[in-house]
Amino acid sequence: MNIAVPIKFVPDLVEEMEIDSSTGKLDRTFMRLVPNELDEHALEQALILKERHGGTVAVITLDTGDVDEALFTAVAKGADRAIKIAGEGYAEGVTSHACADLLAEALKDGSFDLILAGTQAVDDLDGSVGALLAAKLGIPYVGYATKVVEAGGKVVATKEYPGGLLAEIEVSTPAVIGIQAAEKPPRYVVTSLVMDAMKKAKIDEAEGAAAGLEGAAEITGMRPPEAGKGAEMIDGDANAVAEKLVGILKEKGVL
Amino acid sequence: MAQDVWVNIETLRGEVTEISYTMLAAGKAIAKGLGGSLRAVLLGGNVKGLAGKLGAADSVTVVDHPALADFNPDAHLLALTDLAKKGAPRAFLFGQTASGTDLACGLAAKFGFPVASPCRTFKVEGGEILFEAVTCGGKIIADGKLPGPTGVAIVMPGGYKPEEAMVGGSPKVDEASPESDLGAARTRFRAYIEPDTSDVDISKIPILISVGRGIGQKENIDAAKELAAALGGEVSSSRPIVDQGWLPTSRLVGKSGKSVKPKLYLALGISGSPEHMEGLPSWETLVAINTDQKAPIYDVATFGAAVDVLELIPKLTEKVKAAKG
Repeated sequence: MNIAVPIKFVPDLVEEMEIDSSTGKLDRTFMRLVPNELDEHALEQALILKERHGGTVAVITLDTGDVDEALFTAVAKGADRAIKIAGEGYAEGVTSHACADLLAEALKDGSFDLILAGTQAVDDLDGSVGALLAAKLGIPYVGYATKVVEAGGKVVATKEYPGGLLAEIEVSTPAVIGIQAAEKPPRYVVTSLVMDAMKKAKIDEAEGAAAGLEGAAEITGMRPPEAGKGAEMIDGDANAVAEKLVGILKEKGVL
Repeated sequence: MAQDVWVNIETLRGEVTEISYTMLAAGKAIAKGLGGSLRAVLLGGNVKGLAGKLGAADSVTVVDHPALADFNPDAHLLALTDLAKKGAPRAFLFGQTASGTDLACGLAAKFGFPVASPCRTFKVEGGEILFEAVTCGGKIIADGKLPGPTGVAIVMPGGYKPEEAMVGGSPKVDEASPESDLGAARTRFRAYIEPDTSDVDISKIPILISVGRGIGQKENIDAAKELAAALGGEVSSSRPIVDQGWLPTSRLVGKSGKSVKPKLYLALGISGSPEHMEGLPSWETLVAINTDQKAPIYDVATFGAAVDVLELIPKLTEKVKAAKG
């Protein structure tokens, strides 16, 4: 099967999030963007399918800035092709709807049997890209998948419900599957192979339309969460904290 | 219909799920603000009997069909499309769940309805539906408006008490038959795979030592296990640990794992994302250890300390052992 994997770049949650007081939105000036973690799982699942059944894997992303390294990393891991769509306003943040529109335009020629996307992204505010993309392409969608196998020209997605319950859903292709986790953790690739890919591989570049806001509910402002009562913070080094915790555990009847 | 609110009722193996009640509670508040009525949309196979459990709604529309007996994304979407064609409400609520998210975007894109996600609370002001969405792992709250004439909202738990909507009653029940051929659905439910029950059931363990991304690497989980043993508890975890294969799914606390109500929850290197906190409806004492002082878990924890978990674990284990003699 020929598989496409869209990669969405999202704020790195390890970094501090600031709100731009003039716009009321996330301040993107110094924001570090990283590939959405579940998209990395989607790539892993695509590579597993390629290894098992043959076919090709293409990664595709909107050029929100500094995306090349992630694309070359995907190539170093085993992707056959990397596509970057450049267009106006992408760096200021793209809604899931706009992202799905642009990806649908790039993928509508039907050369892909399967599209694997992260089932959600940490910054989704108007639904998820994979589900919207399926609807725009007029093909079926199954999300929350933790495994995908090929079976007789179709695919079977293992869908995850709460409490560890799973369901097998058979899906006709072409289809979009939203990945919650790959069968195995995403593979690691050494820097030298990424450097190698940078020298040898080429990123296909395409022009996309300007990113609009249609389809997304209007966001009027953003803010940090209201601080609750908050935790009673224990100061000191690890030894002092351990000492105090033992006292707390005794007091609470745990010890 | 223009001011009505519809809720997509989710069922799993013949039971109405908790998020459905959360959405009914949310839907009731929105419908009241708009002066509209609240309709529960119940799709399934042989589900008519569940309508009596949806007393919070003013009416229930039941679509009963064998193809809808277990969640089948494309068949459910066809059936919902048939309903929405006849007249769509002001707001249509879906759960931020394995089945709700499959349907919400598909239906919205077919009709061009705008989408808001993941919404925690709503209010109606001057005839407008305002929502509060939780994003960036719980570090940011986004405020927005759900535009009309029809808007789709994907709802997460936490904003409304499901118990408030768990009322019986006799709402008006309409039965609808799908006009589309559900047999033409491009997806098909095959079978359930039952969870592994050979491991301990962490929902019954009072002392949980829970590890998250901050644990760094697999080898460090042994130290957490030693601490759990010293305290007479068990090890549990957040999603990244299970995805890495460092602990089995049976140890997962959160949306896709177990829901736990421990006496002590010691969160080691867990940030407290909304998905994780879904698995922690209550606790007696929550101790959070995380070097990120802005981790959302500190907003709810009883005690916290911004020290390195790898430094803390052996020292705490040693002191616990000493205290126990």
